[in-house]
Amino acid sequence: MAILITPTTKLLIQGITGEFGARHTRLSLDYGTQVVAGVTPGKGGQHFEHQGHRVPIFNSVHEAARATGATVSAIFVPPPFAADAILEAVDADLDLAVAITEGIPIRDMIRVKRAMQGRRTRLVGPNCPGLVTPGTGPGSKGGCRIGIAPGYIHRPGHVGVVSRSGTLTYEAVFQLTSKGIGQSTCVGIGGDPVNGTSHLDVIKLFDADPETHGIIMIGEIGGSAEVEAARWVQAHCKKPVAGFIAGATAPAGRRMGHAGAVIGGHEDTAAAKIAIFRECGIEVAATPSDLADALLRSAAARGVKLS
Amino acid sequence: MNIHEYQAKALFEKFGVPVPKGAAARSREEFATALAQLPEGATMVKSQIHAGGRGKGTFTNGFKGGVKFCKDKAAALAMAGNMLGETLVTAQTGPAGRRVQTVYFTVASDIKKEYYLAILLDRASSRPVIVASTEGGVEIEKVAHETPEKITKVRVDPAYGLADFQVRDLIAALGLTGAEAKNAAKLIRNLYTCFWETDAAMVEVNPLITTPTGDVLALDAKVSFDDNALFRHPELVALRDLNEEDPKEIEASKYSLSYIALDGNIACLVNGAGLAMSTMDIIKHFGGTPANFLDVGGGASKDQVIAAFKIILGDPNVKGILVNIFGGIMDCNVIAQGIVEAVREVGLKLPLVVRLEGNNVEAGKATLAASGLTLVSGDTMADAAQKIVRLVA
Repeated sequence: MAILITPTTKLLIQGITGEFGARHTRLSLDYGTQVVAGVTPGKGGQHFEHQGHRVPIFNSVHEAARATGATVSAIFVPPPFAADAILEAVDADLDLAVAITEGIPIRDMIRVKRAMQGRRTRLVGPNCPGLVTPGTGPGSKGGCRIGIAPGYIHRPGHVGVVSRSGTLTYEAVFQLTSKGIGQSTCVGIGGDPVNGTSHLDVIKLFDADPETHGIIMIGEIGGSAEVEAARWVQAHCKKPVAGFIAGATAPAGRRMGHAGAVIGGHEDTAAAKIAIFRECGIEVAATPSDLADALLRSAAARGVKLS
Repeated sequence: MNIHEYQAKALFEKFGVPVPKGAAARSREEFATALAQLPEGATMVKSQIHAGGRGKGTFTNGFKGGVKFCKDKAAALAMAGNMLGETLVTAQTGPAGRRVQTVYFTVASDIKKEYYLAILLDRASSRPVIVASTEGGVEIEKVAHETPEKITKVRVDPAYGLADFQVRDLIAALGLTGAEAKNAAKLIRNLYTCFWETDAAMVEVNPLITTPTGDVLALDAKVSFDDNALFRHPELVALRDLNEEDPKEIEASKYSLSYIALDGNIACLVNGAGLAMSTMDIIKHFGGTPANFLDVGGGASKDQVIAAFKIILGDPNVKGILVNIFGGIMDCNVIAQGIVEAVREVGLKLPLVVRLEGNNVEAGKATLAASGLTLVSGDTMADAAQKIVRLVA
């Protein structure tokens, strides 16, 4: 078991013919992910070919989903058109839309989030690396890779990872795999100030997933999403949780690469969030190099086996 | 992207947000022409820099106050000469201060009472929030901390827009009635339209004032825009003032590098924003000080790595460099080749620690080892950070 996606999840790619989307579609196909359709308006009827795979391309998400049974979309559409692409996935009632695109205007995301209220589709991202549920083949092949994460660093297992940062997720996953500890699902929720799925949403799913035995939560300066998640962990989560917050040395008021990584006041600094993590019983990693060990400490203290 | 007060006020006027009459001057020759546009009488002279605390700031020539009241236009003309071309240091500029390249003259308004009004993104609800307070002309963070009951927040539903009842709530919270209430309601509506239609990240009016004649005016204006939305506002991009930005940051943006200068002495070059932030943090953790934030992005090319090295070395405080790359998809060997070429091209003399991990890392490490360069290899982030901290100590 895993959360949100499994190796049998049928995936469609919005923006499959763009350079970025095409490159990562090939990598997902190589990983063994069930990429069943592509969507590029105006290119319906063509095919995306790669190493014997022949993925049909459709003009709309509706058509693609109806013809192939795809339930999840990965969105690689450029920023000016990305909000529209998300709404199209929502309108087609997909289970999950994963927006990889970086640089979507905040106003567009404010409107998208409002339009998604009451709809069945869950959004992950934008400005995120996507999700991976590792498979059982060599290099974790045979899994479901949605987005841009390196598939080969994973290994199937029982640790759930949720993070606002791509490379920090890879850092955590790489350490876990190096120590022989596998992952159930890794979710990159993205670095934008207005996003779909939150830390808390993912942690609730990990908590309910019997195959997930421990959780790593990686956050940043800016906003209060990590605090909200930490309070819930303290009140409800029985599983060991390790955490890290990036940006302890960031100057206030400056955007640190991610649009959402900006200190707005006293409460969204790294120090403030780390203090709340500690208060809530989350084992804090002193540095990213300590992420896997922090989870091991937390698991040992609770007598939980991670592998 | 930030703009100056005089630009923000011109924008306000376009959206029907009343401001005191004003005119800007970029040279001494322009002082008279600017002042000629204003009526005779009391005049404010305001230094235009992208930083707050101007009124309490001090110029490096010893002159105190970046915002001054003058009893008439002749005094304003003389006063402007103390500011233009001088460097103003405020609580927000850092010790280096900012050179004042534009002076803004405005009619000095009669103030009955000062208020606070701002619109920004409320991240928790993913909606615009209007913040209003009866305590104007002071730091809003201070008000929020000491008297939070004096701050009212209204979150706007983006599907419906700002509703009448919400405007009434704000007016009531500010305690306005009669003509003042009517004028303030119009101002709030127009300010919201300005915020929404320009893709602003924040509009702040501090203070908003009432006058003895019942007018409501934005006495100050601070506006910043969402960088992601600038592609659809070429007229706003034209307002960008490169003089207000660090030349190294401007150079970095040309190569799609995300760079922010800090005041430490260990430079870092990293892929990914989260990893770049935590590389700064880990330098500090082991007793060093980071000189910058630098994210080369997910697909760093050789040219980008070379440009990044040149930008880093443009900072005279830098005493050592830490490269931290987790190459998930990107080939570590390509990065290694870029590093070798960059180091040769810039003739690097400073200590360099490189931590490479990920795709094709063995070939990358071999390339570094065979290069004959005097660089130190780090196994993990922690190992690499400790090594560079030792080397610059």
